[in-house]
Amino acid sequence: MSQPNREIEQLVQREYEHGFVTDIESDTVPPGLNEDTIRFISAKKAEPDWLLAWRLEAFRTWQKMRAPNWAHVHHHPIDYQDISYYSAPRSPKDGPQSLEEVDPKLLETYAKLGIPLHEQKLLAGVAVDAVFDSVSVATTFKGKLAEAGVIFCSFSEAVQNHPELVRQYLGSVVPMGDNFYAALNSAVFTDGSFCYIPKHTRCPMELSTYFRINAAKTGQFERTLIVAEEGSHVSYLEGCTAPMRDENQLHAAVVELVALDNATIKYSTVQNWYPGDENGVGGIYNFVTKRGDCRGANSRISWTQVETGSAITWKYPSCILRGENSVGEFYSVAVANNYQQADTGTKMIHIGRNTRSTIVSKGISAGHGQNAYRGLVRIAKSAANARNHTQCDSLLLGDRCGAHTFPYMETKNSSAIVEHEATTSRIGDDQLFYCRQRGIAAEDAVNMIVNGFCKEVFRELPMEFAVEAQKLLGVTLEGAVG
Amino acid sequence: MSDPAVHEFLESWRGVTPVPGAPWFAPQRAAARQAFQARGFPTLHDEDWKYTDVRPIASRRFGSGTETGVDAGLTAAASFSAAGAHELLFLNGQFATAADPAPALPAGVIVMPMSRADARQNESLAAHLGRYADINKHGFLALNTALAGDGALIFIPDNVEVTIPVSLLFASAAGPQPTGTCPRNLIILGRNAAATVIECYTGTDDGEYLTNAVTEVRLGAGARLEHYRLQQEGKRAYHLGNLSVQQDQDSRLVSHAFALGGALARNEIDVRLAARGAQAVLNGLYVAGERQHLDNHTRIDHEQPHTTSAEHYRGVLTGRARAVFNGKVVVHKDAQKSDARQVNANLLLSDDAEVDTKPELEIYADDVKCSHGATIGRLDDNMLFYLRTRAIPAAVARSLLIYAFAEEVIQPIGFAPIRARLEQRVLGRLPDAEVIREFVQ
Repeated sequence: MSQPNREIEQLVQREYEHGFVTDIESDTVPPGLNEDTIRFISAKKAEPDWLLAWRLEAFRTWQKMRAPNWAHVHHHPIDYQDISYYSAPRSPKDGPQSLEEVDPKLLETYAKLGIPLHEQKLLAGVAVDAVFDSVSVATTFKGKLAEAGVIFCSFSEAVQNHPELVRQYLGSVVPMGDNFYAALNSAVFTDGSFCYIPKHTRCPMELSTYFRINAAKTGQFERTLIVAEEGSHVSYLEGCTAPMRDENQLHAAVVELVALDNATIKYSTVQNWYPGDENGVGGIYNFVTKRGDCRGANSRISWTQVETGSAITWKYPSCILRGENSVGEFYSVAVANNYQQADTGTKMIHIGRNTRSTIVSKGISAGHGQNAYRGLVRIAKSAANARNHTQCDSLLLGDRCGAHTFPYMETKNSSAIVEHEATTSRIGDDQLFYCRQRGIAAEDAVNMIVNGFCKEVFRELPMEFAVEAQKLLGVTLEGAVG
Repeated sequence: MSDPAVHEFLESWRGVTPVPGAPWFAPQRAAARQAFQARGFPTLHDEDWKYTDVRPIASRRFGSGTETGVDAGLTAAASFSAAGAHELLFLNGQFATAADPAPALPAGVIVMPMSRADARQNESLAAHLGRYADINKHGFLALNTALAGDGALIFIPDNVEVTIPVSLLFASAAGPQPTGTCPRNLIILGRNAAATVIECYTGTDDGEYLTNAVTEVRLGAGARLEHYRLQQEGKRAYHLGNLSVQQDQDSRLVSHAFALGGALARNEIDVRLAARGAQAVLNGLYVAGERQHLDNHTRIDHEQPHTTSAEHYRGVLTGRARAVFNGKVVVHKDAQKSDARQVNANLLLSDDAEVDTKPELEIYADDVKCSHGATIGRLDDNMLFYLRTRAIPAAVARSLLIYAFAEEVIQPIGFAPIRARLEQRVLGRLPDAEVIREFVQ
C-alpha cells in the first residue's frame, strides 16, 4: 500500500475511534451535529444496525436540504451546530425539592387550570417520592393494557422489544427525507412513544390518561408511531394543558399513524410550550411533522389540536386517504397572542374511492400574534366521489394582530366535491355590551365568546381535556382584551 | 448572475422598436432588462407560479412578427367598432390605422397609440408609466418593460365622462417561426372621470406566438372605470396579461376578465385600494378545454380604511384542461372597516381535467369583514334530474346547467355586445346550442 493511502486510512480510523468509543460513558454530547453524534446516540440506545444506517441516511439527506421559507413566520436562522443532540434525563435530585422552590407564576397558572397538587409537583419537575400514588395507578393501567394486547411504551423500549414492528412501520408514513425538519428528526430523534393496537381490539382506555401520569422528558426530537391493526380503535392524547418550561428552543417532532382496514385512530394534542414573554423574547420553535395514513378500507384518522403555546408553531397534521371509504378529520384551535406566530393547518390527500374529509380550523389572534391557516386538499384522479368540506374561521382580538388563510385545493376528479369557506371576524362591541349588561365581567364575556367560537373543536376532545382546554384558552388570552 | 438561456431569449427578440422611444424611459428600460436578467423566468419553485410551468415559453425563441400580415377576417370578428366603440387596432404589436373613422370623443380626452405621443403627452407619460406595475414582481413584468412595444395611452381629464367605449384590439398572426409582442398600455382617469375600456387579444390558430401584455391604470378620486379583458388568443398561443391598478379616494373599478383562448395563458390583476372609500369589483370567467392551461392570479391590497372589494371568478373545464385560480386579499394594518368578499366556483366536467384553486386572505386589521369561498364540483345530479322530469333530454339539460353556471358572471356585463359575444362563445362550445338559445331567450 502506498504511503498517502495509509495516511488516509489512519485518519478515517482515528475519527471513528473518537466518535463514540470514548464518549459513550458520558451523558451529554457537546453541541454540534455530525455522523459521530448520530453514532453516539444510536450506541447509547443500543440500537440495531439497521436503525443506525437509517439515521445516517436521513442525516445525509438532511445535509442536502435547505430549511423551508414558505411559511408565514419570521425568525432568525437556526444554528444546528449549536444544539446538543443528546442528554440523559436529569436525575430527580437536580430539580426543585418542593413546590416552594417553583416559580410562583407557574403555580398560579396551575391553580387557574385546576390541576391537582400532586400533578402540579410532577409537572414542575419536583422530586417525588418513589411510593407516590400515581405509580401504582400506572401499574394498574399497564396491566389492563397488557391484558388487551396493546403495546404502549417508549420508542426506545419498542426498538428493543418489538424491532420487527418498528422496522416495518418506521418512516412508512413520513419518509426520512420528507422535509427538512422530518429529516433532522429521523437522524437525531432520542425518544418518543410507540403504540400498537392488535386486530379487533378496542383500546380499553384513553391513552391520554396513562400518558399524563407518566409524562417523561422525551427530549426535543420526539418520534411517535401508532399502528392500529384491522378493526381496532384507539384514542391518544399528547401534550398537556399545563405550561411546560423547557430550555430547548427547537422542537422538531415526527408523528406517524397507520390505520389498517376498519381501524380508527383519534389523536388529540394540547400544546402549551413556553411562548416567550410579552415582548416576544424566548419561546419554543415547534416545527412538527404529523401524518396519518389511512391504509385500509373504511379506516378513519381524526386529528384534534389545541395550540396555545410556542413562539412559532409550524405544523400540518395530515391524512393520506388511501383506503376506500376512509375518512380524515382535522379539528384545530390555534391561538397566537403577544408575539406568537402560528402557521398551521392540514393536508388531506384523497387517493381512494369514496374518501371523505372534514376540516374545521379556528384561529384566534391577539396582541401582535400572527396566525395562519395553511391547508391542502388534493383529490387524485383515482379518488372518485371524494368529498371535502373545509371551514376556516379567524377571530381577531386587537388591531395589531394578523389572521391569514392559505388554502390549496387541487382536484383531478370530476365526481369529487370540494368546498372551502373562510370568515374573519372580531368580538363585536354589541356582543360584549350584551354580556356586560347582564353583569358578566368583560374578561369572562370574552372567554365565553371565544369558547363559543371554538366549541366545534372542543367537542372533539376527550371530555376532561375539553374542560381544561377551555380554561387554558382563558389563561392564554388573559389581558388580550379590555 | 445571468442565465445564458435568458440572455439568448432577450437577444432573439430582434427588430422590435421600443415604445416609448423617448430618452427619459431609457433608464427604466435598462433597469427592467437587468431585473429580467437577474431573475430570469419564474419556476414551479416560486410560490406564485407553483401550478403554472412556463418552460415552454422559456425554451422558445420569439422573434418579432411584423412581416406576417394579419387576416382582416380575424380582426373583424374580434372588433367592437361596429358596436360603436372607439377602437385602436394593433397588428403584431404595431399600431394600424383603422379603415373607418372612430367616433369622436369629448374634448381633452386622449386615446392614442403611445408611439404617436408628442412632447406634451410624453410629459404625462413620464409621470405615470412604470409607476403602477412592479418590475420586481416576476420576470415577465420586467420583460415587458424591457421590451415594451406599442400600446394605448388613454387619458381622461377631470370630470369628463366618456360614454363611448374605448376598444383596444391586439391581433397577432403567427409566422413560420414563433413571434412575440409586449404591448404596454396606460390608462389615467382624472378626478370624477368615467370610462369604459375593452382590451381584446386575438390571433391565428396555425402557429405559436407570445403576447406579454401589461396595462397600468391610475384612477383619480371619484373616477369610475369599467374594464374588460377578453383573451381570445389562438389555439397555440402563449399569453401573459397583467393589469396593475392604483385607486384614489372613492374611485371604483369594475373589471371583467374572460379567458377563453391560448394554449398557456395567465391573467393577472393587481389592485391597490390606496385611499379611503376605494372600491373594486372583479369578475372573471375561464372556459378551458382540450389541453389548455388557464391561470388567473388576482391580488387586492386594502391599504386604507373603508375600502371595499368583491371578487367572483368562475371556471368551466373539459377535456384535459387545467385551470388555476389564486385570489389574494391583503388587508393592511389600520385598514379598518375594510370589506372583502371573494368567491371562486369551478365546474369540472372531465376526469382528465384539473383545477387548482387557492383563495388567500392576509389580514392585519381587526375591524374588517372578510370572507372567501371556493368550490370544485360537477353538475348537480338533483338539478339534472329535475330537468329530466320535465322531459328535457340529458344532453340538453347538461348544456343548460353549464350555461347557467357561466351566466352568473356573464350577466353583470354592462356593454351588451361583449355579453352577446361571450354568450355565443360559451354556448357555441356546448352541444345543442340552438335548443339552449330557445330556452334562455
